[in-house]
Amino acid sequence: MTEKILINAHIIDPSQNLDEKGSLIIDEKGKIKSIGKNVKRSDASSNAEVIDIKDNILIPGIVDMKAFVGEPGYEYKENFRTLSNAALAGGVTSIVTMPNTKPLIDNVSMVDFIIRRGRDKSSVNLYPCATLTRELSGNQMTEFGLLSAKGIIGFTDVIKTVQNTETMSKIMNYAADLGVLIMQHAEDLELSKNGCINEGEVSTRLGLEGISYIAEKIILERDLSLLNEFPCRYHVNQISSKESLEVIKQNKEIGKKFTVGVSINNLSLNENDIGDFKTFLKLSPPLRSEDDRIALVNGVKSGLIDVIVSDHTPEDEESKRLPFAQAATGSIGVETLLSLALEMYHNESLPLKKIIETLTINPAKILKINKGSLKTGNDADICIFDLNKPWVVKADDLKSKSKNTAIEDRKLQGKVIMTFLNGNLVYK
Amino acid sequence: MAVIKNTSAIKNQPKHLLGIQNLSILEAKHILEEAKEFIKLNRSNSKKLDILRGKTQINLFFEPSTRTQSSFDLAGKRLGADVMTMNVANSALKKGETLMDTAMTLNAMHPDIIVIRHQDSGAPNLLSQKVNCTVINAGDGRREHPTQALLDALTIINRKGKIEGLKIAICGDILHSRVARSNIYLMTMLGAEVNVIAPKTLMPIGIEKLGVKSFTDMKKGLDNCDIVMMLRLQNERMQGTFLPSKREYYEFYGLTPEKLKFASKDALIMHPGPMNRGVEIDTKLADDINVSLVKEQVELGVAVRMACLKIYCK
Repeated sequence: MTEKILINAHIIDPSQNLDEKGSLIIDEKGKIKSIGKNVKRSDASSNAEVIDIKDNILIPGIVDMKAFVGEPGYEYKENFRTLSNAALAGGVTSIVTMPNTKPLIDNVSMVDFIIRRGRDKSSVNLYPCATLTRELSGNQMTEFGLLSAKGIIGFTDVIKTVQNTETMSKIMNYAADLGVLIMQHAEDLELSKNGCINEGEVSTRLGLEGISYIAEKIILERDLSLLNEFPCRYHVNQISSKESLEVIKQNKEIGKKFTVGVSINNLSLNENDIGDFKTFLKLSPPLRSEDDRIALVNGVKSGLIDVIVSDHTPEDEESKRLPFAQAATGSIGVETLLSLALEMYHNESLPLKKIIETLTINPAKILKINKGSLKTGNDADICIFDLNKPWVVKADDLKSKSKNTAIEDRKLQGKVIMTFLNGNLVYK
Repeated sequence: MAVIKNTSAIKNQPKHLLGIQNLSILEAKHILEEAKEFIKLNRSNSKKLDILRGKTQINLFFEPSTRTQSSFDLAGKRLGADVMTMNVANSALKKGETLMDTAMTLNAMHPDIIVIRHQDSGAPNLLSQKVNCTVINAGDGRREHPTQALLDALTIINRKGKIEGLKIAICGDILHSRVARSNIYLMTMLGAEVNVIAPKTLMPIGIEKLGVKSFTDMKKGLDNCDIVMMLRLQNERMQGTFLPSKREYYEFYGLTPEKLKFASKDALIMHPGPMNRGVEIDTKLADDINVSLVKEQVELGVAVRMACLKIYCK
């Protein structure tokens, strides 16, 4: 590969506190050679390829901490190839994949498979998770040590919560010693049982069973109490209500160390968007009230929430074209993650730097990976986007194999125009 | 050149009856006016009309039902439609076919009306998006049962002459009740004041936002009410513990002659059926023709459904 120099870029890299016009040089090995306003054309070799960014914004490649890839078992929903295409089109270069595949990723042999398969078929950086408990049973913890050694980045039961407090305390105790990352889905399954949307006026009107905010709050309170005794690396995948945020605030204020994620859907939509039983908006955790949504946006602003995830959950049309209670849960989102997040910049809810931070360096720090930053020597994973370009989301134009987007026909502003992975231009 | 005789065909007519929530006050009153005409007809010797001659009506019942199904069956037949009732227990749905596939199959047979009852809220809405005939909701999950509310309204009007200004109590398992929801929408729309009475565990969250007052005490909730609607305890929808026992429920929420005294002197009792005698209502009270409208509700149910079929099947 020849050197590349990206000129006339508006560089935003929160990991180095960079927000300036400048250039970036990618060396022959696909690493960042130099970056910033002081980089000159002459710093690159004379045969370097020159790419004019035309004052568009250049940020580190996005790190999405929660996405589902259908392999193995659900290839008809999404495979490594389609997921990477969707991700790169959205400026996402690193993805944490969920283990609730078929079979589940809960043992060492599955990890070998998934890593090999991912390497062969995908064109993004993949970080697979394993399940927290065997067979998602909530009883027996998986082999944290062996699985980590094989390359597992974190442990999560994705759609399930360890209900048993004793089991959870053992998991946290054991994980604390090993230093592995626990990613909790916070939902008391006995409280939420048959619920499919937020409990409140909308659930009463639609005649659907509701999920109370308490289901999430009670697990958070339990786990954060346990965290006192067993200080492990604890991350909550997604929170959805202002009450949960209150719990997080209290605990972070007294200095407890843990991290929190939120889905872009819960920041951009509320329960009223479900309208006349739109099953594409059946999500977990559920969309809640507008008050909750605003509280979550403010939570990101104040830093109580560390990362924004796509919660990319491909589902085929058949499993969505059912009565609401029976329909599958989840929405795709990896491709629209950045554009939808930029909505919060355009409507002046969040500063641009904050949005970029929650999509790049924050998740990388939680995962302890050397991504989400354009420091000299790092892999040149780069996302370049036009901040103002208007476009309309059309499911058929999205690259995911499944078309269940929660934001069909939404008018967005801001679109990815180029994505680099290891210095190679992989999307344009 | 063809002359358009019937201008009503040009009017922007609602195609489906999915719930009271989607009705305007004019549409509701229109149905009730039409239904009044059919009351007399149903009491006469010659009950058959040919308004729907040549039309095909399919009753698609995913949940067992006696009165609603037979009522729709009779209503369609009295209007001259060909009525077919799908026995879902024996159908392909048990073989794993989805609601949508069944809908498409039936749609291919060119029905003019599908009457659907389904255990899932919103199922008729989904169906209506995929078929090109009229869909009438005969009860979906805990969401709506529009024809029940309409027949209740007709029954009240028949006895009290009006609904506006009346005070109506709806009492019992509000949480699981589509009848309660449809009645709340319709009665408040027609100008009644509505109280809902239930133990906290059977009261849906945010019910006050539907324009009613909620009570946990029968004495307060029934105060000065003209109509007392009792609901069935829907044990089949109850998973987990909602109540300590039927005995305790009857003690506090069962309608007895003593509790009825809290209501207005000439208060009348209604129940959508089937009744759990001795659980939500005293058995003698249920049969007392001076206060109980239960039989009249069933009778007028046919008239209301005839009106709905007539109006919605064009």
